[in-house]
Amino acid sequence: MTNLILQVQDLDIAFQVDRKSEPFRAVKAISFDVPTNTTVALVGESGSGKSVTAMSILGLLPHNAIVAPSSRITYFGSNPGSAGGRDLLKASRDQLQSIRGKDISVIFQEPMTSLNPVFTVGEQIAEVLRLHMGMGIRQAGARAIELLGEVGIPNPQLRANSYPHEMSGGQQQRVMIAMAIACEPKLLIADEPTTALDVTIQRQILDLVASLQVKHNMSVLFITHDLGVVGDIADSVVVMQAGEIKEQGPVKAIFEQPQHPYTKALLACRPRLDARPRRLPVIDDFMKGEGRVSVGDRARGTTPGDPIILEVKGLTKTFFLKEGLFGKRAVPAVRNVSFSLPRGKTLGLVGESGSGKTTVGLTLMRLHDATSGEVLFEGKDLLALSEREMMAYRRRIQIIFQNPYASLNPRMTVGHILVEPMKIHSIGSGERERVDMAFQLLKRVGLSEQSFYKYPHEFSGGQRQRIAIARCLTMKPDVLICDESVSALDVSVQAQVLNLLQDLQDEYGLSYIFISHDLAVVKYISDRVMVMNEGAIVEMADSDEIYRHPREEYTRKLLSSIPKGYQLAALPS
Amino acid sequence: MSAVLRNPPLPPMQESPGLWALAWRRMRQDTVGMVSLVIVAIFLAMMAGSYTGLIAKDWNKEKGVSYANPAFLAGAENLEARSMAAKDATAKAPPVDLSDIDPLAPRYKEWEERAARIAVTETKRAEVLPFGGDKWGRDVLQKAIKGSQISIFVGLSAALLATFIGTMLGAAAGYWGGWANDVLEWVYNVFTSIPYILLILAFAAVATATGKFGKGIVPIVLILSLTGWTGIYRLMRAEYIKHSNREYVKAAQAIGASNWSRMFIHILPNVSHVALVQLSQHVVGFIKAEVILSFLGFGVPVDMVSWGTMLAEAQNELVIGKWWQLFAAGASMAILVTAFSLLTDSMRDALDPKLK
Repeated sequence: MTNLILQVQDLDIAFQVDRKSEPFRAVKAISFDVPTNTTVALVGESGSGKSVTAMSILGLLPHNAIVAPSSRITYFGSNPGSAGGRDLLKASRDQLQSIRGKDISVIFQEPMTSLNPVFTVGEQIAEVLRLHMGMGIRQAGARAIELLGEVGIPNPQLRANSYPHEMSGGQQQRVMIAMAIACEPKLLIADEPTTALDVTIQRQILDLVASLQVKHNMSVLFITHDLGVVGDIADSVVVMQAGEIKEQGPVKAIFEQPQHPYTKALLACRPRLDARPRRLPVIDDFMKGEGRVSVGDRARGTTPGDPIILEVKGLTKTFFLKEGLFGKRAVPAVRNVSFSLPRGKTLGLVGESGSGKTTVGLTLMRLHDATSGEVLFEGKDLLALSEREMMAYRRRIQIIFQNPYASLNPRMTVGHILVEPMKIHSIGSGERERVDMAFQLLKRVGLSEQSFYKYPHEFSGGQRQRIAIARCLTMKPDVLICDESVSALDVSVQAQVLNLLQDLQDEYGLSYIFISHDLAVVKYISDRVMVMNEGAIVEMADSDEIYRHPREEYTRKLLSSIPKGYQLAALPS
Repeated sequence: MSAVLRNPPLPPMQESPGLWALAWRRMRQDTVGMVSLVIVAIFLAMMAGSYTGLIAKDWNKEKGVSYANPAFLAGAENLEARSMAAKDATAKAPPVDLSDIDPLAPRYKEWEERAARIAVTETKRAEVLPFGGDKWGRDVLQKAIKGSQISIFVGLSAALLATFIGTMLGAAAGYWGGWANDVLEWVYNVFTSIPYILLILAFAAVATATGKFGKGIVPIVLILSLTGWTGIYRLMRAEYIKHSNREYVKAAQAIGASNWSRMFIHILPNVSHVALVQLSQHVVGFIKAEVILSFLGFGVPVDMVSWGTMLAEAQNELVIGKWWQLFAAGASMAILVTAFSLLTDSMRDALDPKLK
């Protein structure tokens, strides 16, 4: 038996949600081991209990959590393998305090909210060193600079004096990692460390974590909802669902011979680069026991003769930032972008954050005013229309935003949200008809009739995105802009929403502009793909073509960043 | 897209309960909220009752002895009343006989006979009143009830008006930005650069000199609300700036909702909690501000009573140990204000589906 650093036995955690109801069991008697010098991935959807498990290791559970007395989390510390382990669940506050940050440290999902905005990053790293390692100010400062260099921050001497907001998201996450490894921890807990990041940055962070793990001889507990990203870096995988462990084993076994249908489903519902099924498999397909639904591949691509519904010519958008008292600085967000969208097809728009892809979407909708250019919709320039003339076209181009938690008004019922656009555009002859249509649309997007009376907060992320889709459908649009519409969703939910979008396109002949930083998703859903960088088009081609024969260096770089786990995930079909 | 329309119509469904019906249902679950609602309702009923003259009609009658003891302190010594009685007694003593030098002396008898023909009933002044009496022997309890009429009316209506002004201007400045924001910020700066009391006095002087604001308590309401909207404006402006960039507002723009609808149908319910909290705080503030105005002579007319004037009177009474007027006015104010802010709190919770 290998030496263990952490052993979780029969961990059982429940939450007392309110006084009257039964406690809700979030984690149901799970057991797993973290050996020394290995990376263990804890994989599951939102609500599977994976983050609760991590918090219980750190002793950071909220007050209403009830840990069953039989639960044990044994930390072996400096004498791994021996019986000298310490039960973290029974440790005192002081004992935990000395372990946290020093022996066990953690990286969170959102680097921006985890860093203190009023201290420089150098100071924040040095503080950890002084607290736990007893270093002096000067020594800690020097070590902080060393650490920043180690996590790949260019020019560490200079950057140590930067404030968090002066750094990009990827750099902030590197700073968080530097803080986490500052005290040479024996166990690093990474809670979704790459979910908020672009695909290229995600790649870099994953590589960094993997190399640090080897270099510092530590163990990593890597928590994620995306089985794809763990394929590269994990040694073993624990798959959780609804508080239970469904399967655990070495990474090779999990990817090549998954036993549990849930694991199979997680692997299959991620869109892949080498195949394009007509429908993505979803969790239910597997859990109901039919196994893989075999449907042929869907052909994608455009032909020159396709009727064009939307044509964009020379679209440019420049933002002006105030500088000093009178100065203005021009920040070009979109530079001379031209493309056309054939009717009933999907145009994928990929690029990193800041590439201007979202600005293109918002400018088409006239949610931003374009600086110059033309947007021809059935031959009419939308940008030249007055606000009143635009109203007639407004309903025909609709947008689905990234974050379904933010794009639905929390104070309106779903019914109100759906009926409002119909009222504005006088669709349906009266209240009665509009309500009936809302009910039909709810059914169409797979929600119950009861949803009509509920508020957005009563739904999960995927369900909310369905509501947002239903809201767009009330206006019977011709063009639908999906702005990172599935990026905030779990992989399994993402598959369901992608299937829904595909079904709607087949049924109503909608044309999509699909904006995303996730290349596998764009490849799956798009007929034509446009790659953007720094506001300009890098490359545009049919989707199979661009993935098979990328012409530009930038496109190649993007493609190579896709986690290799995807390829491993290719199931024998 | 017409496929959606061709689907067979659904079986008739139950009517959707509106936002207010749902809010009321949630409110009913909230014990604290319901108790506060009842208390506020009692106060409002009291106010209506005294306005129509159903209760506390004769608050102005001098029913008791000076500083009559409250019922629960019936046995306490009342030095004030005794000294007043002594004064009265000396006043009634027969005058010194000056008949030898007084030319009117022969007529005294005749006058006394005439006076005896007029029936004089000496009202017996009560020694004890339910909640004590003031200097003139008026019933403090009735005064407090009558006082609620003016205090609640002034506090509530001035706060409502100030919240309305602040919300409208704040929404305009925050939502539109640009020159609307610049102009309103300039007005706001002018208002806040003048010391508050001075500003109130300036308005009050204009109001009383020109008489254009009307008579009685209407000018007080206008003065307080026209000077008191600034804090609410600042908060609402900040909320509107924050919310007008949120995605749900962008989504509303995308479906073609008008500016008016985005400002007041989409954003306002999401920021209303700020306005409601401000409203309840300003009710308290304005009831107190009315005291200051009354004290300076710009407040309620002398023939009316408010909690403010009661508090002003109570200052002198407290020195001689007569605390019940202060207590009556203070307690009514405290109970109303606490109940009112708890009520706005639970209204906010009931109207906000997220917070539960």
